[in-house]
Amino acid sequence: MNDLALIGPILAAMFAAATPLLFAALGELVVEKSGVLNLGVEGMMLVGAVCGFAVTVRTGSPITGFVVAALAGAATASLFAVLTLFLLANQVATGLALTLFGVGLSALIGQGFVGIPLEGLPKLHIPGLTDLPVVGQALFGQDIMVYLAVAAVPLVHLFLYRTRAGLVLRAVGENHTAAHALGYKVLRIRFFAVLFGGAMAGLGGAFLSMDYTPMWAENMTSGRGWIALALVVFATWKPVRAMLGAWLFGGVTILQLHVQGLGIDVPSQLLSMLPYLATVLVLVLISRDVARIRLNAPACLGKLFHPDA
Amino acid sequence: MGKTVLGLAGAAIALSTGMGSVLAQEKLKVGFVYVGPVSDHGYSYQHDQGRLAVEKALGDKVTTTFVENVPEGADAERVIEQLAASGHKLIFTTSFGFMNPTLKVAQRHPDVKFEHATGYKRAANVATYSGRFYEGRTVVGAIAGKMTKSNIIGYIGSYPIPEVVGGINAFTIALREQNPKAEVRVVWVNSWYDPGKEAEAAKALIDQGADIIVQHTDSPAPIQTAQERGLWSVGQSSDMTRFGPKSHLTAIVEDWNGYYVDRVKAVLDGSWKPIDTWGGIKTGMVELAPYNPAIPAEVVTLAEQIKADIVSGKRHSFQGPVKDQSGKIVIPEGKTATDEQILKMDWYVEGVQGKVPK
Repeated sequence: MNDLALIGPILAAMFAAATPLLFAALGELVVEKSGVLNLGVEGMMLVGAVCGFAVTVRTGSPITGFVVAALAGAATASLFAVLTLFLLANQVATGLALTLFGVGLSALIGQGFVGIPLEGLPKLHIPGLTDLPVVGQALFGQDIMVYLAVAAVPLVHLFLYRTRAGLVLRAVGENHTAAHALGYKVLRIRFFAVLFGGAMAGLGGAFLSMDYTPMWAENMTSGRGWIALALVVFATWKPVRAMLGAWLFGGVTILQLHVQGLGIDVPSQLLSMLPYLATVLVLVLISRDVARIRLNAPACLGKLFHPDA
Repeated sequence: MGKTVLGLAGAAIALSTGMGSVLAQEKLKVGFVYVGPVSDHGYSYQHDQGRLAVEKALGDKVTTTFVENVPEGADAERVIEQLAASGHKLIFTTSFGFMNPTLKVAQRHPDVKFEHATGYKRAANVATYSGRFYEGRTVVGAIAGKMTKSNIIGYIGSYPIPEVVGGINAFTIALREQNPKAEVRVVWVNSWYDPGKEAEAAKALIDQGADIIVQHTDSPAPIQTAQERGLWSVGQSSDMTRFGPKSHLTAIVEDWNGYYVDRVKAVLDGSWKPIDTWGGIKTGMVELAPYNPAIPAEVVTLAEQIKADIVSGKRHSFQGPVKDQSGKIVIPEGKTATDEQILKMDWYVEGVQGKVPK
């Protein structure tokens, strides 16, 4: 097989590898736009992964599995929401605790599900399109969740920038005192934003356990939640850029494996590090443009709000 | 009743309150420390099968305890110490990273006997044991040589340590003996157990034309991936057939049952000594999972012949002439690799693509 023929498969693998990141990053993006910083993405992904897997094994229905995964992610997020929004706990500390909690809880739930095989979702096959050379499989031969993740990008964008509800959500993130004075329910809006973030993280986790590698293993997200968090900043809180970031990360991840397989002489440890290195590098580059970050970062990000204060 | 199943936290509480000692006054208490969950269906699972074999064989004379998911490091020392302090007279610590913690605890408890898997440090009360897994890879290599159509074998490595590099070499030598045109492509994932990464590595190798995926990592994800793509795979540590009944050629199975029963017996009859055991196919420590029914009969016969030759000593996984990648003869004609050479292997034989990461 010549090396050019690899482009198609690499692209296809890249889109799949980017999908869990894209789900989680989009969810977190909305959360942060509402002015809340939830560092518990990894934990919520794990809970979603294990619940989706368990339900699919029990019911045989992946749709039920994904729905339950989203609900489980949202339920985990609601814990965070109650603690930070209503009991005014520190968001950073609570988010970190949520990750630890999610790791432990998912391991506990998953105990009886380790080593059970599951069939992944069927891949699409559109005669003509999927058979196109190079890009056919990558663009038209994925399974439904990959397309759902991509479809969520314009939806989130339209919601944030073209709807009244999105405007209110952004206003709450920019200046919660003013939004409150105008009569908007700051805490309620943030609560639902956090739930949405949890549901999306749950879907991202479930994509891993039910589709990407259809199995449950403890801690199987292995850091993808943290990458998703970084992607939000990387994207300067713009959905389309979050998607590009997820593709970049997925691409580098897949590419390094191919480089090894082709026997190109680069240390494998360095290659394993590359996706993370790329993320850090881009973050550093973006951070140099402070104005851009300031312009896009929600002004109330991470700040507590109490309606009576 | 001889079974005490405890999680890490549970073990700490139960052992420190001395609950374990009430269970059996006269029976020998045997402890097992695992690095992963017993439900991993791989490495720790196989060790636990050994524990169950001890229960089955000597259940009226022993009680066993296991602690799973023990991190390699300070926690391991605490767990081993608690097992020793709570009356366990024989303790198996089953991961390389438990080596130093085991020796430290052994020093404090000269009356307790320890067995450390895959390590090299021994003491008056610490024995070591491991398996010659590379022998299994020789058999698998021959099967792969007969079964490959694309002549590209994808090999997923965990860490570039001698055990894994030696396995790649043993595999490649046998592969090319059957099929001189075949080559091996290696992808290192730098983890023993990361299903996501292992699956990605398998996909990358398959996309590069590999039609057989061999793994030296513990999750069944590569088997599943191969099944999905309709290609062959080889499992690791335990029989992984059920994760890919159509793709699973066989697996290199680590079978500790006989060894564990023997060692517990040795403690019971007083003949225990801090020896080093490195067992292979001959002693039953390395086994092959049932061959896929789709493998042609003559290939099965070949595999069985190689197994028999290894057992009889007629064949060695590394018998000369063995050339390295530059074509230099490392093991000359008529010689076989010494154990020391195998234990320090950090070079690829001819037929492996790429370089060993340093």
